[in-house]
Amino acid sequence: MSKKNKKDSSRRSFLKNGFSLAAGTILGGGILAACSKEQEPPAPGDKVKVLTADGKLMEVERGHALCCNVPSSVEVRKGIPGRHFVMVIDLARCRNARSCVSACNKMHFLEPGHEWIKVFLMQDSEDTTPYWMPKPCFHCDTPACVNVCPVGASFKRDDGVVLVDNERCIGCKFCMAACPYSSRVFNWKAPSFKVDAKYSPTSGVPQVVGTVGKCDFCPDSFITGILPDCVTACPNGVYFFGDKNEDVVTNGVESFRFSELVKEKAAYRYMEELGTRPNVYYLPPVDRRFPVEEGFENMPDSIKPAYQVKRAHLKKFKI
Amino acid sequence: MNSPELAQKRLVEIISRCNKPSVLRKVLFSFFLLVFLFAIYAFITQLVKGQIVTGMRDYVVWGIYDVNFIFFIGISYAGAMISGILHLLHVEWRKPIIRIAEMITVISVIIGPVFILVEMGRLDRIFNIFTHGRIQSPILWDVVAITTYLSCSILFLYLALIKDYALFRDNTELKIPKWQRYFYRKFAATYSGLPEQKKLLERALTIMSAIIIPLAVLVHSVLAWIFGMTIRPGWHSTIFAPYFVIAAVYSGTAVLIIAMWIFRKFYHLEEYITEKHFKYIGTILLVLAALYGYFTFSEYLTVWYGSQSWELEVIYKLFDFTDYGAWFYLAAFIGVLVPMLFVGLPFLRNINTIMIGSVVAVVCMWIKRYLIIIPTLETPLLPLQDVRPEYVHYSATWVEWSLTAGGMATFCLFFMIFMKFMPIIPIADISEAPENKEFISEKL
Repeated sequence: MSKKNKKDSSRRSFLKNGFSLAAGTILGGGILAACSKEQEPPAPGDKVKVLTADGKLMEVERGHALCCNVPSSVEVRKGIPGRHFVMVIDLARCRNARSCVSACNKMHFLEPGHEWIKVFLMQDSEDTTPYWMPKPCFHCDTPACVNVCPVGASFKRDDGVVLVDNERCIGCKFCMAACPYSSRVFNWKAPSFKVDAKYSPTSGVPQVVGTVGKCDFCPDSFITGILPDCVTACPNGVYFFGDKNEDVVTNGVESFRFSELVKEKAAYRYMEELGTRPNVYYLPPVDRRFPVEEGFENMPDSIKPAYQVKRAHLKKFKI
Repeated sequence: MNSPELAQKRLVEIISRCNKPSVLRKVLFSFFLLVFLFAIYAFITQLVKGQIVTGMRDYVVWGIYDVNFIFFIGISYAGAMISGILHLLHVEWRKPIIRIAEMITVISVIIGPVFILVEMGRLDRIFNIFTHGRIQSPILWDVVAITTYLSCSILFLYLALIKDYALFRDNTELKIPKWQRYFYRKFAATYSGLPEQKKLLERALTIMSAIIIPLAVLVHSVLAWIFGMTIRPGWHSTIFAPYFVIAAVYSGTAVLIIAMWIFRKFYHLEEYITEKHFKYIGTILLVLAALYGYFTFSEYLTVWYGSQSWELEVIYKLFDFTDYGAWFYLAAFIGVLVPMLFVGLPFLRNINTIMIGSVVAVVCMWIKRYLIIIPTLETPLLPLQDVRPEYVHYSATWVEWSLTAGGMATFCLFFMIFMKFMPIIPIADISEAPENKEFISEKL
């Protein structure tokens, strides 16, 4: 027992010292530091090289570097016990800066036109003002995509995350047809990026031709206590990520009690009447920080025409 | 003349008529072969470059491959339903046409699923379906249903062929290559027309036709459920399974009529496939057209009247002439009314008009399947924003069209090859005494 405590405390102090692989933000309150508690302690003497926050390369025991514990395929499918990951998106803060999109593309080596995160210009009715709505995968608790997958390549983990195993996917695209939120994209051709990494469903890298991809909440990051890239990349702190069981969400700068935040700000889940029980909550676009027009500034020309395609038929028939 | 002698005489007559060397047949065969080879080239292109060469993109994830899949499985109803039901009812006039119907079934159930394989992103992992299969997925239901259906259709076709193979085996007049004789001898399975053998075979055929009808209904229902189980407008409908089944029998019957017309014309089988056959099958076509029209009306009326906004978006894409309107009205009205009028009005009704009506029906049913799949996929719940313009609308590329043409050509090729090994008319059957004395007056 004392030995275990000692190990844990050494991990904590290690984290406190500020070592981590990427120079990302440590999740508020270190809520995820305990994620790897259940993992087997590696044999002592096994050293790995890590990059410190100030850019120095140093060698530490493998057991100290949480990020290097590659989860087994069983763990990948089970997820982190006792966790329930959620995301809260504050629509009042979004101005379509598209930093989340480019950070996600960069992190997952996505082809242009192949974004996992999409930003929509929404207008609830003719009398209301439009607003920008970023949309990752909703990681539903009753996911239509997982139900229809014929080979179990899409799976729901105990910690709430829905992942795709691109080494099992047969490319039937049924999940794409079934997902009502169009969260999934397909690798129509071989990726042009050369990535020197072994594929894992938790990293989603490299992309595999002929298979389906989607936002995965960056499990490889959060297992080491690092926030997903879209959260840290957002200049306006739109995204909050956290654990529903621990009742904390953070955007890296501010942290909130999840239950209080969703209650006070009257959060909603997009079209949850479809019975999907999403794990992404939206805070309504109240007291907006930016005018909606600013969103068009950062938009690539190639996608601009798509925003002019309104729901033409509904207008024409006055519905 | 007793029946075995009559049968042998007819065998010699029909086989020599069908095997008569013909330039047209050779030209057609080479043409179909070329189209088939070009489809293989298109498929290899797709394998090498990925599905980027198709018109499918992230929103429209299924294109005309899926349309063809449903289309061919639909055609297969000719043998299953028409031949199965008529067999169970002991309808005497069915005999000359059941072989064609069952051949259509087997061939189209072989070709249809190929389109699903072509549509898959990772064909190399097809065996994951067996090693990692999940019974929750409608795709797995489809795999189980179609493989069962295919094996049963082959068995049904074969059982009906045994008598004819016995005829071939006993024939001395025809010049049949040695290996083919060997094939006939093996497949005739010692059938020699003994009363017990006849009884057993008859019973087996009855059981098979009783099995194949519910099986066929199930196959197309499962196919409909692949769409119906999703919560998308235009798909998520409770009547989708019966709607698909009716549409399938409709198109299957129409293809049967076309095939009957072609064989009658080119092999001079007027004696066996008579005008009466066209009128009877035409009547079945008329009833099915009415049923299909009724289902279409019911489906779109309820959705349109209910006016949920997501559903309406698809509905107005179908109703609007600037979108899919023309195609929709063609499939929903012309595709139903033309066959009905051609069969229903006595002064219009003859072999050729029934055949033209069937062609219209088949073409319109293909369009209808297109209209089921593509407009729904082009209408996601969230607006089509943040996408490249080419993702918004689907249009099939040359690869997809070549494979489609390849599928149709393979259908014809298979027919030409099958004809070498099985008489197009069940000779033994039609030479036997009628099962039911009441039908003797029909002289068939």
